[in-house]
This record gives sequence, C-alpha cells and structure tokens, in this order.
Amino acid sequence: MSDNVIEAVELTKTYGHATAVNGISFTVGRGEIFGLLGPNGAGKTTTILMLLGLTEVSGGSVRVLGHDPQREPLAVKRMIGYLPDAVGFYDNMSARENLAYTARLIGFSPAEREKRIADALARVRLSDVADNRVSTYSRGMRQRLGLAEILMKGAEIAILDEPTSGLDPQSTEEFLDMIRALKADNVTVLLSSHLLDRVQRVCDRVALFKSGNIELLGTVPELAAQVLGGGFAVEVEATGKDLTQYLKAVNGVLSVEQTGPEHYRLVADHDVRPEAARAVVVAGGDLRRLSVEEPSLDAIYARFFQGADAGEARDAA
Amino acid sequence: MRREGSPWQGLGTVTLKELSDHLSSARMRVLEWLIVLTAIAALYGAIAHVRETTAEDPFVFLKLFTTGRAPLPSFVAILGFLIPLMAIGLGFDAVNGEHNRRTLSRILSQPIYRDALLLGKFLAGLATLAISLVCLWLLVVGLGLLLLGVPPSGPEVARSLVFLLIALAYAGVWLAVAMLFSIVFRSAATAALVALGLWLFLAVLWPMLAPALAAGISPPELPYLIRGLPDPDTLAWTQALARISPNQLFAEAVTAILNPDTRSLGLIFFTQMEGAVIGAPLPLLQSLLIAWPQIVGLAAATIVLFVTGYIVFQRQEVRA
Repeated sequence: MSDNVIEAVELTKTYGHATAVNGISFTVGRGEIFGLLGPNGAGKTTTILMLLGLTEVSGGSVRVLGHDPQREPLAVKRMIGYLPDAVGFYDNMSARENLAYTARLIGFSPAEREKRIADALARVRLSDVADNRVSTYSRGMRQRLGLAEILMKGAEIAILDEPTSGLDPQSTEEFLDMIRALKADNVTVLLSSHLLDRVQRVCDRVALFKSGNIELLGTVPELAAQVLGGGFAVEVEATGKDLTQYLKAVNGVLSVEQTGPEHYRLVADHDVRPEAARAVVVAGGDLRRLSVEEPSLDAIYARFFQGADAGEARDAA
Repeated sequence: MRREGSPWQGLGTVTLKELSDHLSSARMRVLEWLIVLTAIAALYGAIAHVRETTAEDPFVFLKLFTTGRAPLPSFVAILGFLIPLMAIGLGFDAVNGEHNRRTLSRILSQPIYRDALLLGKFLAGLATLAISLVCLWLLVVGLGLLLLGVPPSGPEVARSLVFLLIALAYAGVWLAVAMLFSIVFRSAATAALVALGLWLFLAVLWPMLAPALAAGISPPELPYLIRGLPDPDTLAWTQALARISPNQLFAEAVTAILNPDTRSLGLIFFTQMEGAVIGAPLPLLQSLLIAWPQIVGLAAATIVLFVTGYIVFQRQEVRA
C-alpha cells in the first residue's frame, strides 16, 4: 500500500445544477496534518462528507486507506474519526455515557470500552467532569469530548471540521496542542477551517478552497512563494551611513528599500538575518531590531482571493 | 452498487439506547398518566354498567373493554383516540431531533448504516408502546378481577391478547407517520403539528367527510331515497372511504375480536344471514377471519409508511 492514506481524483459533487465540489484532486500522506481552508460554502464540508461516504459522489473517485467510501462505508468509518462542525452530544447523558454509546456502536467489548473511554477522557483532561451531564459543558469542553471520541475510536485518520471556531484563544491553543499530539501518535489529521493564522501553525500542507475548487495546494512557504512572489522579507532597524549599499551587497538579497529613517526592508531568497547583522556591523552601525516576516496564510489568502476577485470583476466588466 | 457490511450492525445498541431514553423521559410519563387515568375512568363506568346488566353474558370480561357509559366512551374508544397521541409523542422528533442536537453526523460517522439508526428508533418506539399497552392490559384484567369478581375464561384471554396485538399494529401506523414527518420536516415543532393535524383530521373530520364524499361519488338512487333507505352503493363507498383512516380499521378489527357475535364488518343482506343463529358467538378463529383484512391493512400501512420514511432518510443530506 502506498503511503497516501487519502487519494481523491477529480472528485465532484453536484446538487441539481449547482456544483458544490468541482473536480478536486489531492492526496494526504500518513501522519500528515492537512488543512482544508477557505470561506464558508467553498466545498470543504462536502468534501469531508464524501470522504466519509456520508454523501454520494457525483463524479471522480476517492480512496481512503485503500477503501472506497461509497462501497465500503463501514470499513472506512471504522478507521476515520470525525468531529463535525459544532458537534453535538446527548445532553441528558454524561460524557462517559455518550462515549459508551459510540463505543457500543463501534463494537468494542465491555472491558475494552471502559479502558478506552477512561484513557481518552484523561487525554483531553475531562476525567474530573466525565460523569457530569453534557448539558453543563462549555463549547470548548464539547469540542474536547469530540476529540476524546476520536481518540477512543483509535482512528487512523481524524477529520476535524472547523474544530476551533467559536473557541476562546486559550481553548484554541489547548485544542491545537491536542491536534499536534494526534500527529505524534502517527494519526493523519484533516483539518478544515477559516481561521487561517491559527491553522497555519499546525498544518503541514494546506489546500485553499474557493467555490468548489482547490485553488492552491502545498506547504505554507510554497504557497507564499507562489502567491506573494516568493522571498523572505527581513526588517532591519539600524543606524549607519550608506547602510543600503552594505545591505544590498549581502549574498541573497534581491532588493533593499528604505521604509523610514533607520528602517530598511530587504527582500531575499532565503533568511538573511545573520548576514544582514554582519553587514550592519561592518558598516559601523548599531543594530536595533532585526526580524523576518514569516509568510502568513492570512497574507496569502487575502492576496490570493483579492487578486482572484479583482480578476473576476475585470472579466465581468 | 452493492455496499459491504451488515445493515443491522449497531441496531441493538440504537434500540436499547432509544428505549431507555423513552422510558425515562418526562414526555412518556405524562402520556402514560393521561392514558392510565382516562382508562381507569372508562373502566369504572364500564364495570358499573356490566354489573347492572349483563350478568348472564358468557363474555362478560370482554364487555369491560367495549362498554361505555355516558359521558365517558368505552376503554377501546379511548385507546383508539389516545394511542396515536402517544405514538406521535414518541416519534415526532426521532430524526430531526438528532439533526437539531447536531448528533446525527457524529453518530452516522460511526461504522453503522442509516438503516440501523432508523429501524432502531422505530423498534424502540414500538417496544415502548408495547410495554405501555401490556401494562394497561394487565391493569384492566386486574381491575376486572377485583371489581367483577369473575375470572376471565380462556377464549376471553385469547381475544384480549389478539386485541393487544391489533392495538400495537395501530400504534405502529402512527409511530411510522410521526417518524416520517420527523424525517421530512427539519423542525420538530412542525413535524409534531403536522402529525397531530393529520391525527385530528383522520379521527374527527374524516368520519364526517366520508359519507359526504361517498354521496358525491355515488349519489343515492331515487327508489332508495323515496323509501328513506340508504343506497347500498353509497354505503359501500362510505365504508371504503372511511377505511382510509387507520382509526376506522382499528375500530372495526377490535369490534370483530372483542364482540364474538360480530358476523360481518360490512353490509350484510338478509339472504346472507339464512341459517345463522343470531346472537350466537363465533369461535376466535372465525372472528379473526372477519378482522383479518383490517389487521393486514394496519400492518401494511405501517410498513409502507416506514419504507417511505426510510427512502427519504437515505436520500437526505446529513450536514447540519
């Protein structure tokens, strides 16, 4: 078996005349954290449902761990844990009872059930409140309980749909840590979100969705190179005469721009901070600040979709 | 395209969970008390009536079920009215409730088919209704023993058990109706209102509309009108239309089973009664034969409604 756990080829979903997903192709490798990003209604959830076999595929094909979700949904669903957008639980039951119900549906033996549930609840730090009704839970706790369900299932692939939307910053951080822990267990994670900067920090690769198409696919630096014109932007704040000349001479620097008194902005083909620092010292100046702008998904996203929208507007005009 | 795996996987789990939900829900308790209290009132009237009049009747125990004393209707009539209410109460939020709690996609992402979820919910509802009906039945028999002081005979017990099964089939029809609406309508309130509306229509309005419609389809002919007699064709139409309502089917089937001297549920001519001993009770098997079309009709309606709901549910999108 190849190391790709998910392979989608020309995957298409139409509702009547409307196309929700328009022939997308992507692969996800084992142990990868793969982000599905894009605005609401771009086809992320539909794609996820097709991977799970919960909605019919209109065209193309998809293989999950070597199985076809259309023909063998039970085999696929046994290996995937799914945390839906705004997950719900039975409010009149405790967290433990909710998980026990799922465990029975999966078909674990009673002894295994107890152990798996206890372990999963401990990992998401809900052991203390495990016997409280879920109606008393906050949104963050519900999300964690959803994650506990995936842990209990021992899924090879975890699909998380908007897992951090509506969470406060601290809960979001905690949740992202738990996602990283999943990766450490060699679980493949598929993450859909519209919160870009948060997601950026955990995803190995991302796919940018727009109106049913994957517009961009790759690691964040790759996308940055593609959309932002590539290069690292290094900010230098330093005193010194003719600093521009010195900085320009640094190997790898493409351009230098003085953005203010004692402020310079370098564009380079790699991270040139050490060389830039040396250049300032050589020039006899005082280095006050030196920073590199990480390629940010927000910037990529804004730039890309603005560009695309402007293009569309031009086409329409 | 064939799918792999058993559609029954998880069925037992879903059924048990739903059953325990039903049995512990406040809704169920209210409905049970409603039925028990009205039933006791009806029984009390029936017992007083039976004591006064029919001491010689060999089927005195069955009279408990069918005798009413104004202003209360008989026990059977009350059940015919309240069983649908109970079934609707159990089923109206079966599927849309899962949608609205946002549990549906989570549950369906477990290794089970939708079949198991739907059938499990239906079976749990039916089991709940069966438990309630058996309790009611025991209550009636117990009260009868205490207040009449006559033990029921073998045939009486057999007939009342058949009645129990018919009541369950009738409950099944309404449970399937309620679940169908819970699938079709995303809002539980809408589903409940539509189901209750249908129930009121079929229980109250349809018996009045059926004769009017029959007279429209097959107007009574002049000779009958002059003599003030009902036209048999019109009557046949009336009955056929009335039988669209499961309430009518239930009432007819129960009449045949609980009144052993019932010989026909439709029109009957004097020529057909030749040689019959009027008022003599029929054996249980013969009564069953008379009620058989009605019983089959109730079971068939349940299956058709459930299958319709099943098809709609299979085609539905699970996303919230």
